[in-house]
Amino acid sequence: MALQDKDRIFTNLYGQRDFRLAAAKARGDWDGTKEILARGRDTIVQQMKDSGLRGRGGAGFGAGLKWSFMPKKSDGRPHYLVVNADEGEPGTCKDRDMMRHDPHKLVEGCLIASFAIGANACYIYIRGEFAREAENLQTAIDEAYDAGLIGKNACGSGWDCDLYLHRGSGAYICGEETALLESLEGKKGQPRLKPPFPAGAGLYGCPTTVNNVETIAVAPTILRRGAAWFAAIGRPNNTGTKVFCISGHVNKPCNVEEEMGIPVKELIERHAGGVRGGWDNLLAIIPGGSSVPVVPKSVCDTLLMDFDSCKAVRSGLGTAAVIVMDKSTDIVRAIARLSKFYMHESCGQCTPCREGTGWIWRVMERMVRGEAEPREIDMLLEVANQVDGHTICALGDAAAWPIQGLIRHFRPEMERRIAAYRGQRAAAE
Amino acid sequence: MSTAPEKFELTPENLAAAKKIIAKYPPGRQASAVMPVLMLAQKQHDNWLPQAALEYVAKLLGMAPIRVHEVASFYTMYNLRPAGRVQVQVCTTTPCWLRGSGAVVAACERALGVACGGVTPDGRFGLKEVECLGACVNAPMMQIGDEYYEDLDSASAAKLIETLKSGGKPRPGPQSGRKTSEPLGGPTTLTTLRFGKDA
Repeated sequence: MALQDKDRIFTNLYGQRDFRLAAAKARGDWDGTKEILARGRDTIVQQMKDSGLRGRGGAGFGAGLKWSFMPKKSDGRPHYLVVNADEGEPGTCKDRDMMRHDPHKLVEGCLIASFAIGANACYIYIRGEFAREAENLQTAIDEAYDAGLIGKNACGSGWDCDLYLHRGSGAYICGEETALLESLEGKKGQPRLKPPFPAGAGLYGCPTTVNNVETIAVAPTILRRGAAWFAAIGRPNNTGTKVFCISGHVNKPCNVEEEMGIPVKELIERHAGGVRGGWDNLLAIIPGGSSVPVVPKSVCDTLLMDFDSCKAVRSGLGTAAVIVMDKSTDIVRAIARLSKFYMHESCGQCTPCREGTGWIWRVMERMVRGEAEPREIDMLLEVANQVDGHTICALGDAAAWPIQGLIRHFRPEMERRIAAYRGQRAAAE
Repeated sequence: MSTAPEKFELTPENLAAAKKIIAKYPPGRQASAVMPVLMLAQKQHDNWLPQAALEYVAKLLGMAPIRVHEVASFYTMYNLRPAGRVQVQVCTTTPCWLRGSGAVVAACERALGVACGGVTPDGRFGLKEVECLGACVNAPMMQIGDEYYEDLDSASAAKLIETLKSGGKPRPGPQSGRKTSEPLGGPTTLTTLRFGKDA
């Protein structure tokens, strides 16, 4: 059964209504925030754990569990909450809608999460290109300060919470949490080797929790309506609602909030007007943003959109950005373009990624034309495997996975091109 | 301002804005302000950062000039040479490519008379191919200045450029008739909600 409007969290996802404070309050934001804080830190963290909310930035790590990693008492160092709003995973554009149309959900979530991890200061790191989104979010922050909802004695709770918006300057890698922290400190966005993890030494060397926009923005509603309400939606270990981004070859691309675990076919047909030319015209889908492996139609026929289901077919839910490709797609070129993306976005710190992403892209460009030896497919896979898991951060993995997915499911197409190219050459001679 | 000046200073208004930004960060952590302050400097200086601006920002924030240069050369939004006062940036990453970003790039190249990476001879427009701008359900799209223009095709892209060239200000957002990221023709969700008058 599909999700009903009464169970949707982002009630202004499309900006049909005003984003500012009065309208947000009329939609239920900032209702009883003081009472939520009065439950105390431990209760809030426990309730977040009970809700089963898994981080919405891609990795799907338990949100409540992450909050519980923060030191219970400060050792003198301040704690920080940092919100990752550096949305840039190709296919993904959900945080953008939350920030421009429903920013008070995020602002309220920042207060609650800051309180729950013992932080008096929170930074939201928003990608630099989101100029209008930053304006709306800053407006919401200013309104919340003026209304006493954040700042000193936020909501009359006795807790002080300052909230700052920090604008990035165009670097995909800053969506990686430790690169984001480096960037926030005024440096190049190059990921840090972990451990130490941010909960031990994050921003300015202080205990820090980094969460995605959606993770933080859903927290107030979960705490208002109860962990059991959220946990009852979706499937076990994959609970709640999720904003999906459906792009590519569908009749009506869109963002939509649905139940976790919704079949991908139903998601596309109910909300995105179906695959261009009908479901049988589907070639493949990338279910969770560019970093996760592509899956062919035969898998999509029964695929459920949640963390465990996508993992079971050797892909991932990632950011729930569904990139749809119909049968007209040059699948090798589609993946080659992603290889170019990762080459462009590699920060250059680790050799396997810096050199590997460029090498992969160059070979992929030849694969598009078929200008390769058949054995180079295996070589490509081997290089991708050597990048995967051998770098400081997950960008190397992200560059490798699309290649692994392509070869896993579309190897015959690659071989066909190589044979066709050779045939042409032979005919020319 | 297409040749590098020897001196650079933020205007009094921008300096005041920079000080407000610096105050967001804890004492001694003013280097955190380097990215937003560089952006202020770039906006003030016809959309690019000469060496003198990097040195000025380094001094303002008490940073070694090389650290500022590292930042300015790492992030794609900084231009270290003239890039056009108005930057036209077309996304061509896979979700946009699947929906025809190639035709949008071609239309922009024709309308501006420059290839991607180029600047018009009058220094007014720069055209650039960029990576994912995070508006994929409104693909293909481009960013011009601070605005996103979405749901493009070659005709609407060409029209946008012509409007800009003649000094007009085209309406940002989807050019297809929909409002934001809802399905074209109207939302399939959020249709049954009733709120108070304020909402």
